[in-house]
Amino acid sequence: MQAPETAPETHAAIDAVWRIESAKLIGALVRIVRDISLAEELAQDALVAALQQWPAEGIPRNPGAWLMQAAKHRAIDHFRHRQRAERKHEQVAYELEAEQDRAPDFDTALDDDVGDDVLRLMFTACHPVLSADARVALTLRLLGGLTTDEIARAYLVPEPTIAQRIVRAKKAIARARVPFEVPRGADRAARLASVLEVIYLVFNEGYSATAGDDWMRPQLCEDAMRLGRVLAGLAPGESEVHGLVALMELQASRIRARVSRTGEPILLLDQDRSRWDQLLIHHGLAALTRAQQLDGAHGPYALQGAIAACHARARTAADTDWARIAALYAELSRVMPSPVVELNRAVAIAMAGDPAAGLEIVDAIADHPTMREYPHWASARADLLARLGRRDEARAAFERAAALTRNARDRDVLLARAKEQDSTAP
Amino acid sequence: MRFMVIVKATKDSEAGVMPTEELLTAMTKYNEDLAKAGIMLAGEGLHPSSKGVRVRFSGEKREIIDGPFAETKELIAGYWIWQVRSREEAIEWVKRCPNPMPGDSEIEIRQIFDADDFGAEFTPELREREERLVQQMEANKKK
Repeated sequence: MQAPETAPETHAAIDAVWRIESAKLIGALVRIVRDISLAEELAQDALVAALQQWPAEGIPRNPGAWLMQAAKHRAIDHFRHRQRAERKHEQVAYELEAEQDRAPDFDTALDDDVGDDVLRLMFTACHPVLSADARVALTLRLLGGLTTDEIARAYLVPEPTIAQRIVRAKKAIARARVPFEVPRGADRAARLASVLEVIYLVFNEGYSATAGDDWMRPQLCEDAMRLGRVLAGLAPGESEVHGLVALMELQASRIRARVSRTGEPILLLDQDRSRWDQLLIHHGLAALTRAQQLDGAHGPYALQGAIAACHARARTAADTDWARIAALYAELSRVMPSPVVELNRAVAIAMAGDPAAGLEIVDAIADHPTMREYPHWASARADLLARLGRRDEARAAFERAAALTRNARDRDVLLARAKEQDSTAP
Repeated sequence: MRFMVIVKATKDSEAGVMPTEELLTAMTKYNEDLAKAGIMLAGEGLHPSSKGVRVRFSGEKREIIDGPFAETKELIAGYWIWQVRSREEAIEWVKRCPNPMPGDSEIEIRQIFDADDFGAEFTPELREREERLVQQMEANKKK
């Protein structure tokens, strides 16, 4: 009766169903049982039931509804079997049973509130009561449908570390009595910022690809973009969500062009623009337009997206509209003050033709503690001095930048430029 | 990873028969679901092959052949481009699609060569963690 040779295939299909359905399933369950740990347990139980039954019986026509029904059965059992059932549990069990009797049509029950449940789950998993690491792990697990093992591989940490992080996060949410809701009013902006931060952290983890050679890391960029698009669908009126989607898609459009065959990074202005992903650029620009139409042109993500869009729109590096980029950085500096933003503004101003003004800004942030040991600050300053023909100072600055950087390739480039300052005749 | 999901043509689609309102409604809902799931990057329907044209290559020769083309089953009526985590996920999504044609029809799933093929070359010590913003600046140093 069983066909063992098809079993692995079914398991892969069940994984796929899980990926598609788990956030909706867990979201609906949290709403019903008011407990993330229990909801996830029930969802896992339903998954185990699917793994037992589907290989033999085939995948049901509506797998999401099947999983929901299985989880609800488990929930009823769970509440019934509690010896000293408190009133609350009786009530939940009663409601569940009533729903069971009333509606074999779980489809509509599931569809009704699904979007809201997923959005609530997103806000809950990204609650500021949790550390950034905990928010990231919980979001990938509950919303991204990743297994603990997949998250661990993506973040290059042992699996138990992630498992523990998730358990603790769920406990912290229970302890803080975080209500399962979409925040409104004054709270909403701050809570949304926390969700966006988590998604962008996931993206950057994949985009920076700091170490290791696991395919999971670039995959994180796709996961983050997907989460961003899901959020944009659930909260279409939030301009910064579209701004973030635009920023991620425009940056991701350059992934193919960022690394040479031999693994060396290729800097933006040296990239082969024919390798940029036009589909993502198109998507990202559309998202940026949506953000701007929602009156969100001044949000930090939309501004960064607009800067990325300047590069995406330039057919060649020489076509880049540096004056516009400098103006966007100036605005970004107002809404999100940071010496790194200032440094970028300085470079954009220099690229737009005024290295002296750029140098002034660079020197103005010299005393900032994060800049003092920052190799990029030192190398940007060196470059501006070289452009201004102040060679002795430029040489010293390049040497200092070389001493600060931890990247061997960068160091070679910087030392070569230091040497250039002696040899090149005007 | 990305897939091109190809809706194959039928006699009806080749004859320019427009879909019923019922099917259009179901398709709209399905497309919304794809967008909300964050997987849809593109999707379009195509005119019948009677409006199409082929260019046949033979060595240095190029021959223009106007549609319609005979082998209906091998023709394309529309396509999507999806970003999903696995081939199985693409299959799961296709199974949820309303039958795109009256009667029998077929949807084909093909993986797109992608930046995934960056696998080995993407990662080696791509440089230390640094703010994204700074990369542009880095770029500027070169010239």
